[in-house]
Amino acid sequence: MNTAFYVSGIIAVAATLLAVTRGNAVHALLYFVVSLLAVGVIFFLLGAPFAAALVVIINAGAIMVLFLFVIMMLNLGPRSATGQADYLHPKTWAGPVALSAVLIVELLYCLMFPGAGSPGAEVIEPKQVGLALFGPYLVGVELASMLLLAGVLGAYHLGRGVSAIGGGDK
Amino acid sequence: MATVPLESALILAAVLFVIGLAGVLIRRNIIFVLLSIEIMFNACGLAFVTAGWYLGGPAGQAMYFFILAAAAAEVAVALGLILHMRLAFGTLDTDKIDRMKG
Repeated sequence: MNTAFYVSGIIAVAATLLAVTRGNAVHALLYFVVSLLAVGVIFFLLGAPFAAALVVIINAGAIMVLFLFVIMMLNLGPRSATGQADYLHPKTWAGPVALSAVLIVELLYCLMFPGAGSPGAEVIEPKQVGLALFGPYLVGVELASMLLLAGVLGAYHLGRGVSAIGGGDK
Repeated sequence: MATVPLESALILAAVLFVIGLAGVLIRRNIIFVLLSIEIMFNACGLAFVTAGWYLGGPAGQAMYFFILAAAAAEVAVALGLILHMRLAFGTLDTDKIDRMKG
């Protein structure tokens, strides 16, 4: 459905603009998660449920939690207790929650009226994507796994030094 | 049923990419720079999935999978570097660390 696509697109642009212009990193993170969810809805509408699941689970889930952990680590100190009270205040989460509510209404609408989603395109099932990944793109998958292994090793190496210094710091 | 024109989806991807690029250029807090790089990754993924939808095959989603792997590895290493930057310089301002001295 065209309307669903344009509403998601407007939400994505608005949430991304808000994410880039916020002063507080946690507020920006919340808006960026909303932007990722909007892009996930767009993927779903474009007949790509596998990519939609990936963007929600990996991007909005894992990567953003990593960001949140680092922001929380950097905010250590006397400020953190007052910061926590700020994060629980409605003005922190009212905006992202409102945008997410629009997205979930839209998604429920698309799920309740089959055919409203996937504008004029056949849905590409995860099975087809998996067959493509482990067929013609097998070398790419191996390279991606090596890249992720290098990322794990690099993050471990960098993080080990930080924990040693941080332990002495306290 | 009316279909979404290819142009509008690609324009959306371009707008998101430009917002991310502006964020990289304007923001001085390195957390926001990293967030903007994530926005740009995401916009690229949207362009790939849109192209895959237009061409009708699993190739676009397969490419999105690779983009996601690259983004995940990049974020893991970059956040470790940010922690070191905070410990070494006591700041998150990218303008304060513009000297390359070992």
